[in-house]
Amino acid sequence: MSSFIGTDVVIIGGGIVGGSAALALRRKGLQVVLLERDFCGSRSSGINFGGVRRQGRPLSQLPLSQRAHEIWGRLAEHIGIDGEYQRCGHLKLARTEAEMQALVEYERRTQGHGLGLEIIGRNALRQRFAGIGDDVIGGSLCPEDGQANPRLVAPAFARAAQALGAQVFEQSAMRSVAFDGSRFVVETVQGLTIKADAVLNSAGAWSGSLAAQFADGVDMVSRHPSMGVTEPLPFLLPWSLGVEGGNIYCRQVARGNLVFGGGLGHAVDADRARAQSATLLSQFARIAQIVPAFAGASILRTWSGAEGYLPDKLPVMGASRHQAGLFHAFGFAGAGFQIGPAVGEVMAELIADGKAATPIDAFSLQRFPASSLPPERTA
Amino acid sequence: MSHSHHLPPVVVGAGPAGVRAACTLVQHGLAPIVIDESPASGGQIYRRQPAGFTRPGAALYGFEAPKATALHQDFDAIQVQVDYRAGSLVWSARPGTLDVWSIAADTSRTLDWSQIIVATGATDRVLPVPGWTLPGVYTLGGAQVALKYQACAVGRRVVFAGSGPLLYLVAYQYAKAGVEVAAVIDNARLADQAASLIDMARQPKTLLKGMYYVAWLQARGIPILRNARLTEVAGQAQVQGVSWQRNGGDGAVNFIACDAVALGYALRSETQLADLLECEFSFDALNRAHLPRRDAAGRASTPGVYLAGDGAGIMGADAAELAGERAALALLADRGIEVSDARTALLDRRLAGLAKWRRGIEAAFPFPADWARSAPDHLVVCRCENITAGELRTVAKDTGASELNRLKALSRVGMGRCQGRMCAAAAAEILAEVVRVPVHQVGRIRAQAPIKPLPMTVRIEDEAP
Amino acid sequence: MNTRQGTEAAGGGQFQRVGEQSRPVVAFFLDGRPASALLGDTVLTAVLTQARSVRRNEFSQQPRAGFCVMGACQDCWMKTADGRTVRACSTPIAPGMQLLSGVAQETP
Repeated sequence: MSSFIGTDVVIIGGGIVGGSAALALRRKGLQVVLLERDFCGSRSSGINFGGVRRQGRPLSQLPLSQRAHEIWGRLAEHIGIDGEYQRCGHLKLARTEAEMQALVEYERRTQGHGLGLEIIGRNALRQRFAGIGDDVIGGSLCPEDGQANPRLVAPAFARAAQALGAQVFEQSAMRSVAFDGSRFVVETVQGLTIKADAVLNSAGAWSGSLAAQFADGVDMVSRHPSMGVTEPLPFLLPWSLGVEGGNIYCRQVARGNLVFGGGLGHAVDADRARAQSATLLSQFARIAQIVPAFAGASILRTWSGAEGYLPDKLPVMGASRHQAGLFHAFGFAGAGFQIGPAVGEVMAELIADGKAATPIDAFSLQRFPASSLPPERTA
Repeated sequence: MSHSHHLPPVVVGAGPAGVRAACTLVQHGLAPIVIDESPASGGQIYRRQPAGFTRPGAALYGFEAPKATALHQDFDAIQVQVDYRAGSLVWSARPGTLDVWSIAADTSRTLDWSQIIVATGATDRVLPVPGWTLPGVYTLGGAQVALKYQACAVGRRVVFAGSGPLLYLVAYQYAKAGVEVAAVIDNARLADQAASLIDMARQPKTLLKGMYYVAWLQARGIPILRNARLTEVAGQAQVQGVSWQRNGGDGAVNFIACDAVALGYALRSETQLADLLECEFSFDALNRAHLPRRDAAGRASTPGVYLAGDGAGIMGADAAELAGERAALALLADRGIEVSDARTALLDRRLAGLAKWRRGIEAAFPFPADWARSAPDHLVVCRCENITAGELRTVAKDTGASELNRLKALSRVGMGRCQGRMCAAAAAEILAEVVRVPVHQVGRIRAQAPIKPLPMTVRIEDEAP
Repeated sequence: MNTRQGTEAAGGGQFQRVGEQSRPVVAFFLDGRPASALLGDTVLTAVLTQARSVRRNEFSQQPRAGFCVMGACQDCWMKTADGRTVRACSTPIAPGMQLLSGVAQETP
């Protein structure tokens, strides 16, 4: 007779969503097994831009994003490290009147949601930061948005969960999952068997096949950002920068390197992706356009990853259509880092208490027609 | 098996392997594209001096002068038949396409390829020692380049340390040039060298040269300290001396005053291009490094990729020339062009013989497998980011990191401008020691484009006709 | 007197010329002061024949003078007065070059 681990919840995927859910479930006293096929937080949660950003999100995400904002404010308490988190402010730039109009419109629509957005015109912007490029005509500042180091933060959630008693297995891809009538039986490639009352599917861009297995298949596409970082540079950029339209974003870390992204990389295979050279060269031009002082810097590294996108670019969060005990939290469309900590807490509430304290109806699986689409595609 | 190839073959690197590959391709009627970062052919070992320098080959290359001269002349002779892009760096690559940066023009263009010979060579393998970041500390290869390429010594009074045949060669070259060589400190024991004599004697001329260098140094009273290593490079803003110690001895630390140090433990392969081309890697115990796998002819796992020379495992300049030719013959055969079976067989035999010699060299000058254990916490391992051995150990213990890319992500080791070239070997040793696994188990730093730092001023080259 | 600055005859610098000294002189500027090198020198040679370092590491604040001399270690990057950077060991010295060595890197 083979041995198995009995637990309350098995979480598939140790990114920031899975890690924060594990932590939250442990705080509620549930037993948790977290399975990660690589190293926790080494995929999308670890390779993203590192913007900790509420501004720019659709309104439906703002309650979750505000809840996450409070967690970020107590990050060290939560996960034991500061993760290089700073509330340096996120400034979204406009280079055309139409872009400016879009920023103004967003500020109007989000009043009352606690973002504290400040629209800054051309001259005022130059007074605050003389180094902004000539083409920039203004921006929208969210003063309490900021940046952190995703490579540090994402794994720290899983470690904090582990310190509280979650069983975390890395390099332990799930080989199979089945419901035996009373419990889920999960097997890993390492030969581990776990029996649990509930399963949380937080496998990021790879969540689709597990969802499809339980008739929760969705039309999710993997997109690959094109990321890069420069050598250390004299520190001059106080905010994390983005542009309306999103084709360039950059932030300067305390050590001086500029991290940037914008545009698409490409998949090498189902598991790996790389930045695109053509995208990179156009990023250079855009960076020089918005902060000319960076124009001569050298880049040291580029990278990419896989981020799951659903047709409406909103995630799936909630219970399975048909399978009791199965829950999903995936498809964050490249914007899961800031809200990840709150997503985990909300999923824990759903699993443990049967209801979420923060509205997530907009992310229900029910909004998609039930279908037998293939699990995942690459854009 | 031949595929129809309409594109010219590409050779990356114009050192001994790349030059011989290119010459072989031209001999068989092809017109390869040869891309090299340097302004002139020769690689590092046969680096050509700048225009206006007058030293004869014997002064630059010593006993190797005939080989160096032949290599340069043979490449010069084919220049009109090849598309030679000097001063160009392949900064990114994937199956089918390269990205090439023309350094002086500061432009980048893509280059389609169907067959490519990767001859990217090697740099010194470095094991840090306290004080190694001081002005005045250089690699053995660096000290040699300063002399060969610039007619400069890296200091007035130089200590040479580490291990490997290069240690004695560069010390000899310096002493011959009239520079004061304060000492040669070799981690290897005389017993290691004695035990390897049989394998090293497979290349009798090379063995004799090595013995000659040692004898010459000894005859001039230059201290050769064996089974010893540096414990510190001392100085405030520049090198003022070194402390050294016999291995496993009574612990007595000795001091030698000097103003420069040249150090190195053999060489490490430049494998980034092979990595970006998605070649499969495996751990090679002889080189104590993860290297792209190649068959006897040099074919890599990625179709159309051929590996030659030190860039896929240290083999020395003589073997590199043979490997370059052999890889070109494989490329030609794969293209359906007839090549000489006799020549192919001869090259295979000679390469096999050199591989045995190479094993002898490794046994004579073994890697200090206990290095990590003796590395103090305050030792700076990543000189770009200023990260110490102690910080690496702390991060590994606190996070449970057991794999090198993970350690990089969490500690920043290898995230500096050198992209891990100078620190990855040492970081792997330290991590393996913390995790208590053999060094191959912690893996290798995964290559990411750009292969070398790329300035953001670079523009796409106009493809105007 | 700061022996790093200015052009010294023999000995002020880290690198010592052992030959090839009959080359044309190239005039340049190091940290704002006139200096001279020989045609065919790299920037690294030009600077280190009269100075002891080419840059400061931004994290340790300590001086560096290159290391590998073959474009691998990236520890010899120098700034020029017109805001460019050059890798000293692989860049030929050119007349009029204005090189800056001890640049203060701001770290908060």
